[in-house]
Amino acid sequence: MMYFGEGVVKGMMVTLKAFVASYFKGPEDGGLFTVEYPEQRLPEKENFRNFPFLIYDNTPDNLRCVACDICAKECPPKCIYIVREFDKDNKPLKRPAVFNIDHTVCMNCGICEEACPFDAIYMDHNFEIASAERNENLLFRKDKLLKSNEYFHKIRPTDATAIDERRAAAEAKKKAAEAAAAQKAAAAQAAPKPAAPGTTTPPAAEPPKTV
Amino acid sequence: MDTEKVKADLEKALGPVALKSVRSSLLVENAQDLPKVAKFLKEDAAYRLDYLSSVTASDFIDYLETVYHLYSMEKKTGPVTLRVRVPRTDPKIPSLVSLYRGAEFQERDNFDLFGIVYEGHPDLRRIMMWEGFEGFPMRKDYLQEDSETLESVDVEWLEKNGVKVPEAAKAKAVELRQQGKRALAERRVEDKG
Amino acid sequence: MNKTFEAKDVNLAGINSSLLEVNIGPQHPSTHGVFRMNAVLDGEVIVSLKPVMGYLHRNHEQIAENMSYAASMPYTDRLDYFNSMSNNLGYALSVEKLAGLEVPERAEYIRVIMAELTRLINHIAVIGFLLNDLGAFFTPVLYAFREREKILDIFEEISGSRMMCNYLRFGGVKRDLSPAILERIRGVVTAFPRFLDEFETLLTKNEILCMRCQNVGVLSPELAINASITGPLLRASGVNYDIRKVDGYSVYPRFQFKVPLGPKGDVYDRYYVRILEMRESLKILDQALNTIPAGEIMSKKMIPFLKSPRNFKPPVGEAYARVESPKGELGFYVVSDGTPQPWRYHVRAPSFINLTILEDMCLGQKVADAIIILGSVDIVLGEVDR
Repeated sequence: MMYFGEGVVKGMMVTLKAFVASYFKGPEDGGLFTVEYPEQRLPEKENFRNFPFLIYDNTPDNLRCVACDICAKECPPKCIYIVREFDKDNKPLKRPAVFNIDHTVCMNCGICEEACPFDAIYMDHNFEIASAERNENLLFRKDKLLKSNEYFHKIRPTDATAIDERRAAAEAKKKAAEAAAAQKAAAAQAAPKPAAPGTTTPPAAEPPKTV
Repeated sequence: MDTEKVKADLEKALGPVALKSVRSSLLVENAQDLPKVAKFLKEDAAYRLDYLSSVTASDFIDYLETVYHLYSMEKKTGPVTLRVRVPRTDPKIPSLVSLYRGAEFQERDNFDLFGIVYEGHPDLRRIMMWEGFEGFPMRKDYLQEDSETLESVDVEWLEKNGVKVPEAAKAKAVELRQQGKRALAERRVEDKG
Repeated sequence: MNKTFEAKDVNLAGINSSLLEVNIGPQHPSTHGVFRMNAVLDGEVIVSLKPVMGYLHRNHEQIAENMSYAASMPYTDRLDYFNSMSNNLGYALSVEKLAGLEVPERAEYIRVIMAELTRLINHIAVIGFLLNDLGAFFTPVLYAFREREKILDIFEEISGSRMMCNYLRFGGVKRDLSPAILERIRGVVTAFPRFLDEFETLLTKNEILCMRCQNVGVLSPELAINASITGPLLRASGVNYDIRKVDGYSVYPRFQFKVPLGPKGDVYDRYYVRILEMRESLKILDQALNTIPAGEIMSKKMIPFLKSPRNFKPPVGEAYARVESPKGELGFYVVSDGTPQPWRYHVRAPSFINLTILEDMCLGQKVADAIIILGSVDIVLGEVDR
């Protein structure tokens, strides 16, 4: 140390250099890196998970959720509430009548997305949900949660394409199995011999529903 | 570390001390033997377990227990686990603060949440819950107050301060007082299926 | 230490003075969260200091007793909310020890990369906040946070969230790292030493920092070992104990790195040990990125439980696993009774235990020194209170 205060002076040189450079250099080299939100925005990252949403395939009536209640059971803070829909004869349908997610409770962990066996619920990117009133606007009901598959492709292209391919492959396998079973049944009917029991392959995308 | 070897060394050095091997840890059957065992393990030249890593308490319905994990910073050797079990009605364990300063806050935490009294602790009072809190929250039989149901004292305080209490809540509070019960929350048990 | 104090009268040229009891906190910009210190002062000199905590107590341990094992993983993020990947790693290691799970090699390398990146973001933030407590109003903090942002952006790309990552699972990691992400991590690691040099030019030989931090809050090694202190606080006092070297968990034995030790144990040594640890972390990251193998990222036994975590039942028993988190030894003690919910789940939090000797370090110092001693102990209230 040559003179007392040299450390302070050298430090001040660093800040002076940064100050002058902020006028000339870009954000990567040590210039100003402030993004003036909301006029400028950073590009959205694909894997960002913020809040769940339900997927429908072509129309909102064609939603993939079957109200199996697995996501509600797995959810750690228990923010999902599902009620199954019944038709006129009180038989249960494979659709939810009520599907509520409480935004004030949800902690955006993504476990519902991992646990769903029907590819029905995924994590959205929507974080601009500020509202003036808590009970109405922050309890998301089924109509607010339903979004289309095209929207899913827009926000998360790689995941959406991979999921669509997997579902298409499962559908194709199911159709091939059904076609083979139908052929075997037709062949068995044509011949009067006792036919071997028709092979029934389990449907590919429907795991047994456990309670 | 090999619990059988530790047990043999302890019995040789300390004479009659009741020890049992439980699941790769040593159960010190008489709680009053604990300072002797810990002092031997800390000062003996072969062990030199000078670092008390964690003091944990658990509630197994018949007894409460405290588990100590000891390591050696000098010799860089692995854990020796000690356990002490005490009954629920009078849980008293001698404190290890005189040997290991690091046990001070952890024993206070265990006293606060489980109710185990550590004799000889310099300053045994609640650390996480506020002063005046009654009960030991982490015990398995702890029932929490239901924050949504009003009791008679709550109704009186609210009316004194000018808040209008709905009739249904007042009726429920009167009913609870007549039955001599407190408003307790149901303990939510996960669907075990 | 329980000393009883009465208001004593000190005659100083006709002035009668007595002791003043003052609360530092819980609402205070320099206590790193809701934390209170009951200080008894004689003028400006501290005579006794008792930490009071519990303002952020969320009873994390009891919440975990009502949930399946995997559902507790997002809650461990919120323990030490600055370094979420370390907490995830500790919990994953303890349940893997309990259930006897093997982790594939690529997943182990990914875990080490995440743990060392977490160490980087913690240490620069701590140094920034220490400088904030000293009075250098926000310039070092924002220099530090500029680099922290780059790493947080990487975390967001990998796991979905900047701070509450929820990335590790029992038996592996959730999502694989693409080659593009590995290139970005490599870019950050290559640019970091230049930033560290600039940061050191700004700070290390600064006379104001030296005069205020040297010989303040000295901790002797014997007292540190006796008080169960771990982490940079212990190593600054000269004790060579780093769990990455002692236990050799995960794949740390394959990497070469040194453990920096401090000579004296004052606040300046704790600051400088953290800077040296950051340089060692960069070395580990470099070696890991060069030698990461291809392979799977999830143990085969756990793949069926990914879709139904509520059916995961580890065998009856207990396990205690510890990791070297950036703040010290973070241990998880799990007891299982064969059901999907744990019977007992305890977190050995380093910040909580490192506060044991706060009083000893602060006696005889002034109030302003107590603030920087607390800053150098490096607490985060999510861990202290759980």
